[in-house]
Amino acid sequence: MLSYIARRILYSIPVLIVASFLTFWGLRIAFDPLAKYRNLHSPDAAANLLQHKKELGLDSPIAVQWWHWLTKALHGNLGISQRTNNPVFGELIHKMGTTVHLVFWGTLISALLAIGIGLYSAVKQYSAGDYIFTGASYLGIAMPPFWFGLMAIVIFVTWPVTTFHLQQPILYSIGLHGTGQSGIFNLDYYRHLALPVATLVVQSVASWSRFERASMLDVLSADYIRTAQAKGVPRRKVIFKHAFRNALIPLVTVMALDTAYLFGGLIITEQIFSISGMGRYFIDSLTAGDAPALLGWMLFTAFFIILFNLIADVMYGVLDPRIRLS
Amino acid sequence: MTITAPPEHSADLELAVTAEPVPRTQWQLFRRRFMHHKLAVFGLIMLIAITIMCFFPGIFARGHHNGFDISTALSGAQGPSMKHWLGTDEQGQDFFYVLLKSGQISLKIGFVVAIVSTTFGVFLGSAAGYFGKWVDGPLSALTDLFLVMPFLAVIAVLLQYEGHSAGWIIVALSLFGWTYVARISRGQVLQLKQKEFVEAAQASGAPSRRIIGRHMLPNMFGPIMVNLTLSVAYAIVAESTLTFLGFGIQAPQTSWGLLLSDNEGAVNDTSKIHLLLFPGLMLLIVVLCVNFIGDGLRDAFDPQAKHST
Repeated sequence: MLSYIARRILYSIPVLIVASFLTFWGLRIAFDPLAKYRNLHSPDAAANLLQHKKELGLDSPIAVQWWHWLTKALHGNLGISQRTNNPVFGELIHKMGTTVHLVFWGTLISALLAIGIGLYSAVKQYSAGDYIFTGASYLGIAMPPFWFGLMAIVIFVTWPVTTFHLQQPILYSIGLHGTGQSGIFNLDYYRHLALPVATLVVQSVASWSRFERASMLDVLSADYIRTAQAKGVPRRKVIFKHAFRNALIPLVTVMALDTAYLFGGLIITEQIFSISGMGRYFIDSLTAGDAPALLGWMLFTAFFIILFNLIADVMYGVLDPRIRLS
Repeated sequence: MTITAPPEHSADLELAVTAEPVPRTQWQLFRRRFMHHKLAVFGLIMLIAITIMCFFPGIFARGHHNGFDISTALSGAQGPSMKHWLGTDEQGQDFFYVLLKSGQISLKIGFVVAIVSTTFGVFLGSAAGYFGKWVDGPLSALTDLFLVMPFLAVIAVLLQYEGHSAGWIIVALSLFGWTYVARISRGQVLQLKQKEFVEAAQASGAPSRRIIGRHMLPNMFGPIMVNLTLSVAYAIVAESTLTFLGFGIQAPQTSWGLLLSDNEGAVNDTSKIHLLLFPGLMLLIVVLCVNFIGDGLRDAFDPQAKHST
């Protein structure tokens, strides 16, 4: 098992390195790191520019610059944000702390719902419930996530407040905590979290539950399930002990691959619900043309996506010994 | 087990056994199967209707020159009424007209991106599958790379740098849309390579270009077409999302995403809710139709396959 994990890690390192180089190169083309020195109208502007260019190491070839950036990055130094003048690394860690709330609840709730719905739809195929879930998943997959977020705000925040003349809405649409509130064992936190998490959950549940249903149906028609039933294993045990575990394997992979989309979804969700996490940080840095912050963001995000993929690979190995050994 | 079939059913069965098999072309068989899929036919008709309405908005939202009605011009956004079915926007324009007109860019981007990225993906994917090692290695590495990039973020950076025109949105979305179809065509080509008819073509000295183009492509047509429809949905949603975030279409051009972005403030004002409701509904309906068509195509191309998804 350990050698399997080691092999997977070794494989993802070159991917991360190449991704970081391409990002570095692309962002260097897209954003001029000297922009803020260019429009100064002092008499020695040209000399200043040259000096800054040297200071920032911009006179060396792009590969060398990238190497400097990477070695520094590995020591936890991602440079200084041009927008806020704070170290990028610290800011990203801080923002990640906020985003983790969304990722954790979003993934957990999506996974539980998707597995539950998928199991139900497969075991009770063509029942009324199955048709209802199928219809709902069609809607969920087709719905633009940001529109769902906006509509959720209208239905759960604006409409109750104007109709019942409430002082405070039941669910909030801004931030993760009310003023003066903190901690996670706090009702206020969940009232803030409900809508953004729902926005993240809707799309994942729709496609994941379809996937779980398909793989469960596949497994249920396998020979060993018929054998188990024929030798008199109770149905409940056949479903949960024999079929469920195998039906989970493909879903785990899809879930991990979807994390790349999750980070995209976070950009939208955090923007709509004014949550100052990774997604908001990306938008703010991009509109400000803040290259060091964007570079750091990309590296962080790519790292997490690779990490999730790695977790999926390892889970895959745990769930299915055949893969581990090949 | 006793068979208790209703009489008309058994008559049908008899007819089917005794009747001469009618010779049908592949295309006729395909069309019959597609027509059996009610939702797909419904989706196709809806999509064609919406496309026509969007490109000729004057016919369907008549009576307002360029959608502009002087009597409501200064009264701000108003809810749906008999005169303005979907209400008016902040400038007093008939919102139905605005909605249809905005659909033009959304639909155009959807269709063009789907065609460009599918062509590109099929080309690269089948080359990788057919020629193997020296094309396949770099391509697999590239698709692995695309998997670790948060595509929305990369496209946003590209558009921020290159400008917010429809053309660049198409380029950016196509750049990220091809990997999936490339993987599918690669798999298909790898399978087809084992078939006898390909071997026969190779033995008779046909050039690779001809083997892929004339012998393999027609056999991969089904999955490719299904993927094409799904890419339309992907592109339309991606465009609206990017535009909503402020990195896509910008005024004076307009799209459904831009309508949602412009009217985001309506979330706090229930009297303007139609400005948010209808553009989103249009997106939802179009994507639903496209997905239905995709399902119908899948069933029609591959009647034997299990369709549990």
